[in-house]
Amino acid sequence: MPNAEDLQAVLLTLRLAATVTVLLLLIGTPIAWWLARTRSWLKGPVGALVSLPLVLPPTVIGFYMLLAMGPWGPIGRLFNTLGWGTLPFTFTGIVVASVFYSMPFVVQPIQNAFEAMGDRPMEVAATLGAPPLAAFFTVAVPLARSGFVTAAILGFAHTIGEFGVVLMIGGNIPGKTRLISVQIYDHVEAMEYGRAHWLAAGMLIFSFLVLLALYSRRKDRIDV
Amino acid sequence: MFQERRSVVALYGMLVGAMLLGIPQSTRAAEIQVAVAANFTAPMQKIAAEFEAETGHKAVLAFGTVGKFYSQMKAGAPFEVLVSSDRETPDALVRDGLAIGETRFTYAIGKLTLWSATPGVVDDKGEVLRTGSYRHLALANPKLAVYGAAGQVVMKKLGVWEAIEPKLVTAENISQAYQFVASGNAELGFVAFSQIVGPDGKVANGSTWMVPADLYPQLAQDVILLAPGKDSAAAKDLVDHLRSDKARAIIRSYGYDLPN
Repeated sequence: MPNAEDLQAVLLTLRLAATVTVLLLLIGTPIAWWLARTRSWLKGPVGALVSLPLVLPPTVIGFYMLLAMGPWGPIGRLFNTLGWGTLPFTFTGIVVASVFYSMPFVVQPIQNAFEAMGDRPMEVAATLGAPPLAAFFTVAVPLARSGFVTAAILGFAHTIGEFGVVLMIGGNIPGKTRLISVQIYDHVEAMEYGRAHWLAAGMLIFSFLVLLALYSRRKDRIDV
Repeated sequence: MFQERRSVVALYGMLVGAMLLGIPQSTRAAEIQVAVAANFTAPMQKIAAEFEAETGHKAVLAFGTVGKFYSQMKAGAPFEVLVSSDRETPDALVRDGLAIGETRFTYAIGKLTLWSATPGVVDDKGEVLRTGSYRHLALANPKLAVYGAAGQVVMKKLGVWEAIEPKLVTAENISQAYQFVASGNAELGFVAFSQIVGPDGKVANGSTWMVPADLYPQLAQDVILLAPGKDSAAAKDLVDHLRSDKARAIIRSYGYDLPN
């Protein structure tokens, strides 16, 4: 049976994924909107930057975050000056890392939905006298709803599955940075296979159900 | 259309070429697969380079916690030599029939240090453990790494374990513990002396407490020939090479004690 430490890891992971998903929707939506609409030459570079975590090994991201967010790195120095302390080994630190790491999984579905919508609905709204921000929330967001749902599910699920970056900057602190994935790794390393199985099988089933829900939804959309 | 097809052919050619490039490697002169405890990384690289120059055999080194290597060997990993950080793992491998008992010997005795990358943080009596106002102390996972277990013993013996536990950041192995301290993210941590010692036998930067040997169980490190290497003369040579004067000089230069 999973013990108290395992359950603590599960709750912490859910808390992290929920926090990161909310933040990603807030940060990712304007980025997706801009990427979907802009004709600026910056579209390429910004799009590439957002997508970097898709191809970079977590070790690269973790390594540079450890250096950049440490007391002698640029981000760490800024945070120390502001009196916030450094980020590695804290819950805030793994939230920041996960926001960056899961960004493409949120931005891309929303961007695709905005692109599929085209310019027309916003133009009509403007003709009817709607201010841009109101048109965005009453026209664009409802039209891109399914993109938002996909983005939220993928962002949440991907954060739950995160391992490498957290391993490198987390410090494995119970209740703060010891996530399910790290806990499983430790169990396997210590050859506590029985305890590893509870968590690992749980993750397997959870991930399958999430993807099943996601892909079943997509089929519905095509039918409608 | 034509262009597209040509680029597909080019891509295919590149993939096949990349695969072929990987093949000849295994047909060259003897290559020895060696699992090396993380604390012995730097000296082993030197010893392997020197061994290759002398014999022409190439030692392919993998670094990590010995606990991880042990589970990989039980699952059939093709390592031929284990340069361990303890005696227990070679014991267990012999019991499991995965290693050759008579080939083993102690090649080095490790030293535990408490280290900070910043001068003045760690005093030479280790009082910082009782009085320090640091936020994080890095320790390799005591369940997986002998230096982590040794650090835990020290803190328990000094009666400071309960007070320090909330400030602990646990590294997967001793290399990561070093990384946490060297990057300044943990103000101090328990590392192997071999990781911080310079070529002159002194610690070049930061502040250090050499933990007295009577505060933790001796960190005797054994090397052993593994079952997949039992017919490899090159692998046997490498094990014996760790006894040579040259190797012993390298080991000593990294601050390890030598067995008699």
